[in-house]
Amino acid sequence: MSNCPRLDLHIPEPASRPGEQSVLGVLVLPEAGETRRPDTLAPEPELRDLPFGLIRVLDDAGRAVGPWQPSISPDRLRHGLRAMMLTRAFDERLFRAHRQGKTSFYMKSTGEEAIGAAQSMVLGRGDMCFPTYRVMSWLHARDYPVTEMVNQIFSNAKDPLKGRQLPILYSARDYGFYSLSGNVGSRFGHAVGWAMASAYKNDDKIALAYIGEGTTAEGDFHEALTFASVYHAPCILCVTNNQWAISSFSGIAGGDETTFAAKAIAYGLPGLRVDGNDFLAVWAATEWAAERARANKGATLIELYTYRAGGHSTSDDPTKYRPADEAETWPLGDPVERLKQHLIGLGEWDEERHAALAEELDQQVRAAVKEAEAVGTLGKSKPPVSEMFEGVFKEPDWRVIEQRRELGV
Amino acid sequence: MPTMNMIQALNSALDVKLGDDPDTLIFGEDVGYFGGVFRVTDGLQKKHGLKRCFDAPISEGGIIASAIGMGAYGLRPIAEIQFADYILPAFDQLVSEAARLRYRSNGEFWAPITVRSPYGGGIFGGQTHSQSPEAIFAHITGLKTVIPSTPYDAKGLLIAAIEDDDPVIVLEPKRLYNGPFDGRHDQTLRTWAGLPEAEVPEGHYTVPLGKAAVVREGGDVTVLAYGTMVHVAKAGIEDAQVDAELIDLRSIVPLDIDTIVASVTKTGRCVILHEASRFGGFGGELSALAQERCFWALKSPVQRVAGWDTPYPHAFEWDYFPGPARLAAALQRAMED
Repeated sequence: MSNCPRLDLHIPEPASRPGEQSVLGVLVLPEAGETRRPDTLAPEPELRDLPFGLIRVLDDAGRAVGPWQPSISPDRLRHGLRAMMLTRAFDERLFRAHRQGKTSFYMKSTGEEAIGAAQSMVLGRGDMCFPTYRVMSWLHARDYPVTEMVNQIFSNAKDPLKGRQLPILYSARDYGFYSLSGNVGSRFGHAVGWAMASAYKNDDKIALAYIGEGTTAEGDFHEALTFASVYHAPCILCVTNNQWAISSFSGIAGGDETTFAAKAIAYGLPGLRVDGNDFLAVWAATEWAAERARANKGATLIELYTYRAGGHSTSDDPTKYRPADEAETWPLGDPVERLKQHLIGLGEWDEERHAALAEELDQQVRAAVKEAEAVGTLGKSKPPVSEMFEGVFKEPDWRVIEQRRELGV
Repeated sequence: MPTMNMIQALNSALDVKLGDDPDTLIFGEDVGYFGGVFRVTDGLQKKHGLKRCFDAPISEGGIIASAIGMGAYGLRPIAEIQFADYILPAFDQLVSEAARLRYRSNGEFWAPITVRSPYGGGIFGGQTHSQSPEAIFAHITGLKTVIPSTPYDAKGLLIAAIEDDDPVIVLEPKRLYNGPFDGRHDQTLRTWAGLPEAEVPEGHYTVPLGKAAVVREGGDVTVLAYGTMVHVAKAGIEDAQVDAELIDLRSIVPLDIDTIVASVTKTGRCVILHEASRFGGFGGELSALAQERCFWALKSPVQRVAGWDTPYPHAFEWDYFPGPARLAAALQRAMED
């Protein structure tokens, strides 16, 4: 035997579990305004501190501070707030619809609404988002018809995806929203290929893609970063670090060892770590990366540091694996509250208008759900069954034709 | 009419498409400056430019994912996977993404990609350079799989694949790249020179996907084959001295069911020949189709001749490779019943 200690396998565990005091409140994070803002065209070797900082604009009082303050008109800020509030109202109503048996499945974006909303507004109409299932605020910020979303969730006769997809796995090309799939991460490389195609065509469009922090362990993540790096693909690759991949905390994906943004360093890409609950910070970082991409400087990896306030899906009970009060102790607060405070501080908003807007959006969602319910909920209404056989190939082959006949549709 | 071997015919197809469609581009491992390990992309980068034909990282998943993204944008990318054995890291992209993108998005997005890959055995490539994975693609709804057996078909099918709006996998029988091979490995190698199926026009033409070729007409038994096995089948039929009808499927998806049914109904006997291992292979599907649609015309059980259900062995290549003798024996059995 040697004098060395015996080897011991390390299994990461989160700092707290159900029944224990949440420790998130004591996380040491950079202050708002603390992380520097380099020039968008700065060479990558000069940017290697950024993945270990945290881009924050809104301080605890809701004031915009520091070098990353974006210039956004009050109207645009209110539009963003509205998209976030609509997402929340929508989530609450449709989560309830699931409990009432009107759909098979639902996933909330609660706590992460700033991400999709801000990025949707920064990017142009010709750009393409390769989404995950928790960036529905992208569509709300672009005024995608709410009733269409509910029709999709209810898989009813007016489902825009003809009953072929799980609820919320939308596709909305006209809104710059690529087709979702339940396989996590598999579209990350599509965004890179799409961006490569834009560059190949000497176009001016860029791609933006999301992956969850847990999914950074998939090969797709590393393959996409390799291709983005090699070909200088004009894209923004985002890791939404919401701390939890179903019941596995971010340490299981490697988050205890380094930041997810820092994974960019090995690929020679800039990595930004951003307060994902700060609408202004997300906006500013996205603008920075978009400007860089459009200047032929290639891709940026952005870690959006946030917290999944709800469960993973309607099939998940987060109180089984994490302290019940964890969301409330999240030190970066609630994105909706923070933007509201900021607007109030600017003199562009007040509590009464906020309450009125919340009520209006709730009514809007109720009306949309009612309209969709009139068409039908899951199992009560569906697109023509013949639709099941459409679109397998551009032109159906004999199997599809024969089997459709066999089913009698 | 110029004579081309299969490599030259494939190269010509790519050259034609790079020339007539600025939205096509080729990428894959070693395909650029070097022109591919089998030389299929030889000279294309020099002629058409760096951006039209370039090298990719050793990342099959990344290659197919990028191709899908390019296809969704509106390009017609052609991706090379250096050996079909190495396509498995990209399998999720082909199955979960390329095959379903049109369906799940209700036609908002689609992946008009072509994936070329050398496949099959007979070159002493061992387990990782010899496999025939066509059945696993055939099982995936939404993918098309094309397998040529001659230089003429190789060029016409590849152009048709590139112009197709669905994802198409073109499996190139690498044993046929330089000449036909009938499985008689102990005999002198032959080249394509002088053979009519190697007369390949220089310009644009297509061979439609889903249209089988009747290579040899006959009245007693139908042989279904594709790729290298078409040539093995010719030799096996000669050895067995039977009046066999030989059908080269050319693509397994889409499958030319009408030609198969017409032939098996006519002959009343069917023998299926493929290189891939037998259990769960595409021969099982062909056999089931023949039974379902031609049962009352059948005079003997449908037979399958295929690779054995072992990994592809290096030293035992010629014991594993389904040669003419095994086909001839199966034909005799079919005729006895």
